[in-house]
Amino acid sequence: MKTGAHRNHAHYWAFLLHRISGLLLALFLPAHFYVLGLSIESAAALDGFLNWTTSPLMKAAETALVILLAAHLTGGLRLLALEFIGTRESSKAAVAIGAGIAVCVGLLFLLNVA
Amino acid sequence: MSSARVETKLWVWQRLSAAVLALCVIVHLAVIVMAVQGGLSAAEIIGRVSGNYVWLAFYSVFVLAVSLHAPIGVRTILKESTDLSPKLIHAIMALLCLVILAMGFRAVFGLFNAGGM
Amino acid sequence: MKNTIKVKVWRGNEEGRFEEFEVPRQPSQTVLDVVTYIQRNIDPTLSYRFACRVGVCGSCAMTVNGRPRWTCRTHVDKVAQDGTLEVSPLRNLTVVKDLACDMTDFFDKQNRAEGKFHPTKTRNDDFAYILPDDKQRKQAALGIECIGCGVCYSACDIVEWNKDYLGPAALNRAWTLINDVRDGGNKERLAAVAGDAGCHACHSQQGCVEHCPKHISPTRSIAGLKRATAMAALKGEI
Repeated sequence: MKTGAHRNHAHYWAFLLHRISGLLLALFLPAHFYVLGLSIESAAALDGFLNWTTSPLMKAAETALVILLAAHLTGGLRLLALEFIGTRESSKAAVAIGAGIAVCVGLLFLLNVA
Repeated sequence: MSSARVETKLWVWQRLSAAVLALCVIVHLAVIVMAVQGGLSAAEIIGRVSGNYVWLAFYSVFVLAVSLHAPIGVRTILKESTDLSPKLIHAIMALLCLVILAMGFRAVFGLFNAGGM
Repeated sequence: MKNTIKVKVWRGNEEGRFEEFEVPRQPSQTVLDVVTYIQRNIDPTLSYRFACRVGVCGSCAMTVNGRPRWTCRTHVDKVAQDGTLEVSPLRNLTVVKDLACDMTDFFDKQNRAEGKFHPTKTRNDDFAYILPDDKQRKQAALGIECIGCGVCYSACDIVEWNKDYLGPAALNRAWTLINDVRDGGNKERLAAVAGDAGCHACHSQQGCVEHCPKHISPTRSIAGLKRATAMAALKGEI
C-alpha cells in the first residue's frame, strides 16, 4: 500500500527537520549549560572537558549540533515569514536555500574546528 | 482561561521569543565559528565574557528567550505525538522552563564571575 | 503502451483489502474512467462517488497512489507511469464502503469553525458597497472558491494526528468570513478558530496547498487567523 506519498514535498521536510532539530537541541541544552557551569569550579575544570572534545568524533558531533541549530533557525524563519509576511510559490525554493545555508554554516564550523 | 486564550497566548510568546532568538542565534553562531579557530580553551571563553556587561546582558536575554521557546515547542511535540494528559504535559513544560532558567543563569553568571585566575 | 493496466482498488470499510483488476487502456483515460469501467464491466458491487465528472463538483475525490486527488481530473498516463495504479478512499475520513467516505466530520467542522454567515443587514437596508480592490475583499476572494471536496482535509497531517483539528477547509472558510465586512459574527468566529483544535495547531506543512485542485492556500488563510486571533487576545476579546 502506498503511504506517505502525500508528504513528499518541500514544506513537509522543512517541518520535520525543524521539529527534530528543536527536540534534539532542547535535550542538548541542559548538558550545554552544565559544561559551561564547570567554570564556577575553576577554569581548569572547564578546560578538562574542552580537551575531551578535541577528538574527531566529538568534532563531528559538534558540527552536527551546529547544523541542527542553523537548520532550526532557518526553519523558524520559514514559519515567521509564512505567518507574518504571507505564502508564496517561491517559499519552496527558500526551504532549499535555508537547508543549504544550514549545511554551509556547519561546514564553516568544521573548517575552523578541524 | 479558555483553551482558545491559552493557545493564542502561547503562540504569541513562541513567535516573540523566536524573533529574539533569531538574532541571538545568529550572533551565537558567529561567535562559535570564530571562537573555535585555533582550538577552544576556558581561558579564551572566560577572557571574552568575564566582567563584561554586554555579554552578560546578551546571554541573559538568550537564556530568558530559550526558557520560553523550548518548553512551548516541546509541549507541541508531546501533545501531538503522545497520549500524556494535559496536566502532565504542563508539568513537564514548567519543569523544563525552570531547569533552563536555573542552569542557564548559573552558567551565565558563572562565566561572568570567573576569571580571578 | 501496454493495452491494459493493473489497478488495485480498496474493498470493504476500515477493515478490508486491496483487490486487483485488469482494465483496458484508452487514450486520455482518467482514474474515474477506470473505476467506472470496473463497476460497469467487471464488478458491479464496487461502490464509489462521482457527479459532474468534469472537475467542477469535487465528489470524485479519492486517494490515488497515496495522494488525494479528483479522479476525474487525474489522467492515468500521469500517475501510472510504472503501469500500476492504487485507488483507495480519502484519508482521515470514515470509510462507508470501498471508495466512498463519510463526509459528516468534515462538514461538522465547518460549522464548529463558525463557517456560516452572520447577517447584519435586513432586506430594507441598502446594499453593501465593497469595491473590488478593497483589501479585505481581496483576502476573502483568495479563499472563496472552495467547493468542500475534502482533498485538503485528506492531505493534512494535523488532521491525521489530532482528531479534533478543524482542518484546512473549515479554517479557510472562517477566514473568508472574517474578511467579509457584511458579517457580524467575528467575535464568536475568532474564539471558535483559536485553541488546540484550531489555527494554532497548523505548522504550515502545506499539504493542503500541494493538493488543492482549486489552487487555494488554506495555509495563507490560517496564517491570517493566527494574526487575527493574536490581535483579539491582546485586546482581551478572546
